Amino acid sequence: MDVIADSLLEVRNVSQAYHKDSTSDFVVLEDVNLALGGNEIVGLLGRSGSGKSTLLRIVSGLLPPSSGEVIWRGAPLSGPAEGVAMVFQSFALFPWLTVQENVELGLEAQGVARAERERRAEEAIDLIGLGGYEGAYPKEMSGGMRQRVGLARALVVHPDLLLMDEPFSALDVLTAETLRTDLIDLWVERRLPVKAMLMVTHNIEEAVLMCDRILVFSSNPGRVAHELRVPFPHPRNRHDAAFRRFVDDIYALMTRRATSVPAPTQTPAVESVQSLYPVGTNTLSGLLETLAADPYRGRADLPALAGSLQLELDELLPLGETLHLLGLAELEEGDLRLTDTGRRFANADADERKTIFANALRTRVKLAGTIRSVLDERWNHRASAVRFRDELEDHMSPDYAEDTLRAVIAWARFAELFNYDDEADQFFLEIEA
Amino acid sequence: MPVPASSTVSVRRLPNLFDLGAFVAIAALLIAVTHAARHTFVPLASSGAATISLDPANLPGYALRTVMRMFAALAASLLFTFTYATWAAKSRRAGLVLIPILDILQSLPIFGFLTFTVTFFLGLFPGRVIGAELAVIFAIFTSQAWNMAFSMYQSLTTVPADLEEATRGFRLSGWQRFWRLEVPFAMPGLIWNMMMSMSGGWFLLTAAEAVTVGDTSFNLPGIGSYIAAALDARDIRAVFYAILTMFFVILAYDQLLFRPLVAWSAKFRVETTPSETGDDPWMLALLRRTRLLRATSDRAGRAFFAITGLGLRLPGTHRATPRRETRLGDSLWIGALLLVLAWAVWRVWSYCSATLTPADLGTALLYGVYTLIRVVILMAFATALWVPLGVLIGLNANWSRRVGAAAQFLAAFPANLFWPIFVSLIVRYQLNPDIWLTPLIVLGTQWYILFNVIAGASAFPADLREVASNFRVGGTLWWRRVILPGIFPYFVTGAITASGGCWNATLVAEVATWGKTTIRAHGLGAYITEASAAGNTPRVLLGMMVMAAFVLGFNRLVWRPMYAYSAKRLRL
Repeated sequence: MDVIADSLLEVRNVSQAYHKDSTSDFVVLEDVNLALGGNEIVGLLGRSGSGKSTLLRIVSGLLPPSSGEVIWRGAPLSGPAEGVAMVFQSFALFPWLTVQENVELGLEAQGVARAERERRAEEAIDLIGLGGYEGAYPKEMSGGMRQRVGLARALVVHPDLLLMDEPFSALDVLTAETLRTDLIDLWVERRLPVKAMLMVTHNIEEAVLMCDRILVFSSNPGRVAHELRVPFPHPRNRHDAAFRRFVDDIYALMTRRATSVPAPTQTPAVESVQSLYPVGTNTLSGLLETLAADPYRGRADLPALAGSLQLELDELLPLGETLHLLGLAELEEGDLRLTDTGRRFANADADERKTIFANALRTRVKLAGTIRSVLDERWNHRASAVRFRDELEDHMSPDYAEDTLRAVIAWARFAELFNYDDEADQFFLEIEA
Repeated sequence: MPVPASSTVSVRRLPNLFDLGAFVAIAALLIAVTHAARHTFVPLASSGAATISLDPANLPGYALRTVMRMFAALAASLLFTFTYATWAAKSRRAGLVLIPILDILQSLPIFGFLTFTVTFFLGLFPGRVIGAELAVIFAIFTSQAWNMAFSMYQSLTTVPADLEEATRGFRLSGWQRFWRLEVPFAMPGLIWNMMMSMSGGWFLLTAAEAVTVGDTSFNLPGIGSYIAAALDARDIRAVFYAILTMFFVILAYDQLLFRPLVAWSAKFRVETTPSETGDDPWMLALLRRTRLLRATSDRAGRAFFAITGLGLRLPGTHRATPRRETRLGDSLWIGALLLVLAWAVWRVWSYCSATLTPADLGTALLYGVYTLIRVVILMAFATALWVPLGVLIGLNANWSRRVGAAAQFLAAFPANLFWPIFVSLIVRYQLNPDIWLTPLIVLGTQWYILFNVIAGASAFPADLREVASNFRVGGTLWWRRVILPGIFPYFVTGAITASGGCWNATLVAEVATWGKTTIRAHGLGAYITEASAAGNTPRVLLGMMVMAAFVLGFNRLVWRPMYAYSAKRLRL
């Protein structure tokens, strides 16, 4: 009985597929289950492309799921529901409305009378620390203050469930930290007029700092890979040893998934359609040099590396995975370890680096190898990119296909493996005179 | 769909004194032109007046001649743009004078120019066809050049400072900087305005190829004169053929020239975030991907690059710091301007006092008010109709692409072709022309409102739509708080173009002729047209100046405040 009464929201077997053409569907979210009781903060943690923002939109009723259902306060959800309010990553404030008007918008939609509206807006504005800014326009405010408006706008309708879509990721480090602690303080003091919060993040520390429960998503397709309960009481200390260990464990969980991707030699069939991250060769070189030098000397702990390089998980993991793919470094259990090839690369001069990189690219990245072979065979050493793009799009969304193609082009240019003509949308080899 | 800032509203805040000065100066100039022409004026020999055959087999040939005239005018407009706008942007002193002049020229009704250009060019080459050809080309030029020059001027004054510094740091000559930085930077806006100009050209063309100014009349073989002949002969089939031909001609240069140009010019956009660019239009894809065409265009490109890369340098113009403009120089310059102004005032005064009475001014002003009422009412109608529809279409990605393209095409289509239909209906049902001729004014220009609103609605940020939906904002609250403010900047841009077009259209919309039947409404447009047909130059001049004053007043009092407000508050 308790369980049912406490259960605010239930997500049952929800899947979301992006409809490609008649032949294949691209699955963003697969069979997700989630129950949310009162009085808890739940974090959805995962890489970009793991479908966590999609899930948030399904929960809010903005997006109907392809299959499965969402039960909100005991009834199936259809469309945006009362009692659910959302905070956006981009703040999503109306530039033509003042702070006061932005905050009042939700109340106005409910038909609340003006006096009552003003009173409640005033209350929310004061609660969230915006007093004095009522008449200001969003453009006049800093990012942190804007997100406070976003929070006030959501809180003023007294939602049972507050949804937050990467609410702090567009803010600088200091501002984000202030906002997080302010929000947690209000939550702990029970001054927030909400019963539960569901937030999307790709920042592991943020999740551990704020949430009571963390769902770790795997990507492609998005699934709930792990569910973790955070055992620490608020307020939490980032520098506490147990806290650090918890963060380390999550890193290990997430990179385990990455290394469980078959090593390049094992399954050549899937290889050619694997999606790649468009990370720059300069960044890759820089990371290899950093890894080779003190204090890491060939092996780095990912959380520490992320901290010292000021990179978020979302930025660091693609780098690590790319190095892993190219055989220049290995990702394992939350560590990044330089391979012999990687060490040679770090110590090489510019020309040698190109040779090493070209070799790695040709043997380890099937797509690059295929393109080069096709170009070698053609009499004019030109080939349209359309065919490769189409092939990629059979296996991934057009955005990922484009990213993958961009990555291959950038790497191949650096390696001088082949070149790309943007205007003609063709790959080509420089013909030596 | 690219929607650049409107070039018809300058952001400058100069004292109105300069505008007034420019106003008088232009009036004086027009007077001087007609005066000079009068001395050498000889009617065009009958050999110059071609007979226009209504046989549709002639239409492709006519179309070709017309299109050639239009491109000749476009080339002239480009030349004008590159020189005039550059001069205005580079020299502070010149800019003080040139920009107000451009503002006035832009506000003058383009059909009115016909009176002056025809007399001038026919006088320049008495009795020869070349005079008539030049007169028509110049008339088309007047419909194309001003907005292009404005667009160029605005681009030149907003060239990013770092790029400017880079060109100076690498010691590029003025010529090189112009072609390597300034022209490329201005390109997207300029090409958009060239497209708009071509529409303006068509609009004018139907009136310019067969013209009657006082007792001079001529016609040159072309689609315009074909239409004139068809209207004269009350041949509805011929009008239909002309519409069809025009449809294909516009489709052809849209597909072959402007779509590729617009897509190509996207690469000159200076932006930090990559913008959504669609697929290459088929013609550009053809050019880029076919070996032969590519080789040809590459060669042309190299030649162009070589010429524009020449280190042409005026002697002594290369210095680290720009020349200081001295106070003494300023005083001399202002003094010279005052002298010219004094001459202009005297000239206008003496001319007007000899030919016009205060009553004429009163009449013109009264008719101006009539026309103003028409324009306002029709703009209101068009807004009430197209804003909601445009929003609904724009929020639907599939529709917005198709309807947007169609609206752009319709805006390029000269609406005066459909007037015979209106006129015959009005005549048949004995309707009041003061009311029923009025819709003609907005027929061609309403599409600017539609496609700008569509562009605005489809550019409306997805996250703001999600907010509205999340907080369950609906009904009038949604229109009031969410979408209308969101599309307002786009609407203003479209409405400015549309209202300018309306004023221009009144010259042909308030008087309509179908065979022997001519019906006229009371208004400033009809006033100018009739004065022009009667060869009454002073009245044409008066009418044009009054109309320019109305247009300018409307812009200053209505559009500019709206534009400034939307730029300040509503830009996303």
